[in-house]
Amino acid sequence: MTSITAAPAPSATTPQQAPRARRTDAKAGWLFVAPFAFFYLLFLIAPTIYMIVSSFFNTSLVQGGLGSFAGFANYAEMFGREDFWSSMWHTLQFTIYTTPPLVVLSFVIAVLANRVQRGQWFFRLAFFLPYVLPSATISLIWVYIFTPDTGLWPWLEQLVGLSPTAVLADPSLAMVGIAIATIWWTIGFNFVLYLAGLQDIPRELYEAAATDGATPWQQIRFITIPLLGRTTTLLVLLQIIASLKIFDQVYLMTQGGPGISTQVALTLIANVGFTDNRIGAASAASVLLFIVIIVIAVARQLMERRSERSA
Amino acid sequence: MSRRLPEQHPSRRKVLAGGLAGLGAMGLAGGLSGCGSPLAAGVAGTPLNPDSVTFWNLFGGGDGARLQTMLEEYRKQQGSPDSLTAATFAWGNPYYTKVVLATLGNKPPDVAVAHATRATILAQAGLLEPITEDLLGLAGLSSSSFTKSVWEAGKVGSSYYTIPLDTHPYVLFFNKQVCQQAGLLDGNGKLAPIQGKDAFEAALTAIAGVTGGAAWSASNVGDTSGSWRLFQTLYWQMDGATDFLGDDGQELTVNEELALATMAYIGDLAKRGLLTPTVDYAGAGTQLYTGKVGFQTQGEWEITTAQSVEGFEFGMVPIPQIFDVPAAQGDSHTFILPKMDRTDAQKELAMGFVKSLLDQSLTWAQGGHVPALTATLESAEYKALEPQADYAAAAEIAKYDPPGWYSGSGSTFENTVGSQIGLVQQQLATPQQALDAIKVQLRTYLETPSPVAGTTANA
Repeated sequence: MTSITAAPAPSATTPQQAPRARRTDAKAGWLFVAPFAFFYLLFLIAPTIYMIVSSFFNTSLVQGGLGSFAGFANYAEMFGREDFWSSMWHTLQFTIYTTPPLVVLSFVIAVLANRVQRGQWFFRLAFFLPYVLPSATISLIWVYIFTPDTGLWPWLEQLVGLSPTAVLADPSLAMVGIAIATIWWTIGFNFVLYLAGLQDIPRELYEAAATDGATPWQQIRFITIPLLGRTTTLLVLLQIIASLKIFDQVYLMTQGGPGISTQVALTLIANVGFTDNRIGAASAASVLLFIVIIVIAVARQLMERRSERSA
Repeated sequence: MSRRLPEQHPSRRKVLAGGLAGLGAMGLAGGLSGCGSPLAAGVAGTPLNPDSVTFWNLFGGGDGARLQTMLEEYRKQQGSPDSLTAATFAWGNPYYTKVVLATLGNKPPDVAVAHATRATILAQAGLLEPITEDLLGLAGLSSSSFTKSVWEAGKVGSSYYTIPLDTHPYVLFFNKQVCQQAGLLDGNGKLAPIQGKDAFEAALTAIAGVTGGAAWSASNVGDTSGSWRLFQTLYWQMDGATDFLGDDGQELTVNEELALATMAYIGDLAKRGLLTPTVDYAGAGTQLYTGKVGFQTQGEWEITTAQSVEGFEFGMVPIPQIFDVPAAQGDSHTFILPKMDRTDAQKELAMGFVKSLLDQSLTWAQGGHVPALTATLESAEYKALEPQADYAAAAEIAKYDPPGWYSGSGSTFENTVGSQIGLVQQQLATPQQALDAIKVQLRTYLETPSPVAGTTANA
C-alpha cells in the first residue's frame, strides 16, 4: 500500500497534468491486463455465474438448456445426502491430516538440511524431487507400495513380524494412506520455501545468541521460528486451500473407496456432474464448497489482520 | 455496413475457421504430414480424413492385445494404415463420460464400444443412432444374425441401438496342477462336475489342503465390479431372487433376505480361510497362477493373461451351481454409433468397420468372450476351442445388471453395492451393515428421476 500512495507525490509540482497522466497510466494498465482478463472472464467468472444459476435448475448434461426450475431443491438434496456430508468431512479430514505435518515436517527437514555443511544440494534435490512428478505417477507408486499381500508395505510389516494391513482397502486407514502419499509428494515445495527463509536470517543473530549462551533449541525457539513467521502463515494458507481441493490422489488411488470412505467434495461433484449427468445438483454442491473455501479464506484474512495490528 | 446482408458474406466464424485452417495447413500440417494432420483438422473443425473410421473402446489387458490384432486386420483389408484411428480409454464411468461429452460436443467417434447395460442409458439420453435393419443390411447383416437375447438387450422403446459383439459371463478358472492334487479332475484333465453347496465346500476344503492357505481367490480390493459380479452370481443362484432395482432404478426391489444370505456366505467362506479375504484384481490372478489357490472367479477375458503365464495349466468352467439354480453375472460388449449427422458414405464406412470386426469373432472368442454372432457361435471352429467351449453355456445363464440410469457395468450402482460386499469379504462389515450402507447410499439415486429419461422423445 505504501508505495502506491507515495507514487503521486512527485507529480504534485505539476497538478494540472497529474489526472491525465494517471488516466493514460490506467489505460495502459488495462491493456496489459486485458489478455488475462479475457480468459479470466471466459473461463472463470462466466462458468462461476453459470454454476450459481444452474444450481437452481434441474440442469442435465445430456439435455440442452438449463432444464426445469428447481428452486432450492438441489441444495436441499445436498443437505439431506449423507454422502455429501461425509465427503465434506473427508475433505476436512484430509486437510487436517496433511496441513500440520506438511508445515511442521518441512520446517524440521529445512532446519536440518540448512545445518548440513557439505552436499546440501543432495538433500535439496532429494526432498524436492517427488514434487516435480505428476500425481498419476505418485499414485501408481503408492498404490504399489500399499498393494495387499504383495506390496512393499505389507512385505515390510511381515518382515518385522506384524500381520500385513491392506491400507487402501480399509475404510479407517485409506485416508491416512492417501495423506502419506500426498505428504511425501508435496513436502518439497514447503521445504524449499523454508530453506529460502532460513538463508535470509542473518548469521549474526545466531552468533550473538550463542555468545549469550543460548542453546540450539533456544535459538530455534526465539530466532528461527519467529523470523519464519511470515513464511509459515503463507504456507498454512496455501496448504489449506490445496488440501481442500484434493482430487487427483483420491481419484487415482481409491476412487473414493472403500465404499465412500475417502470420497471427497470434488470427487462427489465430479461424479454427480459427469457420471450422473446432473449438472444442476453438482453445481449446488460446488456452490456449497465454494462458500466453505471463502469462509475459511476470509476468516484467515481477519486473523492475520488482527495479528498484524497487535504486532 | 448495415445494408449488407449477412448471408452474402462469410460469417465471422467461417472466416476465423478458414483463416485458422489456412494457418494450420501452412504452419502446422506442412511440417507434419499433409492435410490429414489431427492438429490442423482439430483447429479447422474438419473431419480428420473422410475415409478414416474413428473408433473408441475400453479394452485393456488381454482384450486390448486381442483387439489390436483385429484392428490391424481391418487396416490390412483397407490397404491403408490411415483407414482407422482407434483410441482406448480407461474402463468404467470415465469412458462413458467421454462418449457422452464427445457426442454432446458433436465430435463423437464414428463407432464406439459400449456394454449392453450402458448403451441403453446412452440411447435413453438420445445420444445414439438407432440400429435399423437397413443399417445392418449395409454390412450384410440382420437382427437374426445375433443370439436373440443379446440382440434384445439393446432395445429401448421400440428401437434397437446396439450391434452385439459378445457375451462375457463371470466364470471359474482352475489351476490344473492344484486341482489334480486335490483330486478334483476327471481322467481328461477337466474339472469333475461340482453341484451343490456341500460338494463345492468339499472341493474348496480339498484345495485348501493342497495349498495350505486359501482355496479360491476373488478380487475385492479396488475392484467393486468384481465384488458385484460375485454377489450377482451367487444371489441369482437362489430361488426367489429378484432384480436388485426396479422401475428403471427408482425402486429397491432386491430380495433382502437372499441378499443378506449371499453376503453372509461370502463373508463366511472368507472367515473360514477358503476364500481370499483381501486381494486386488491382479493379485487374484497371481494367486491362481502361482498355485496359492486352486480356483479363481473372474470374467472370462482374463484367459489371455492366464495363457501368457509360462507353464501354467488351467481350465475354465461355468461357476458351479452352489444353490438352487445355475446363474452367472454377465454383460455384453456391443458396437454403438453415437449420434451425429452422417452421410450415407459415413454410414457405410462405419458399418463396414463393424462388419470387419464381427467377421473376426473367432479371434475375439479366442480372447474368452462368447460370440454374439450365431454363425460363429455355432461354427465347428468355435466348438473346438478349449477351454472356451467348456464354459460357453455360462452365456445362457448370464444375469445382467438391473436396468437403471445409474446402473450397468462399471457404474455407480456397481461401485456402491460392490464396495460393501468387498468389505463383508474383508470382515470389515457384517451383511446387515453392508445392506444398510447400500440402502443409504442408493437413496439419492432411487429418489432422483432419471436425468436422461424422456430425452429420446425430444431429440
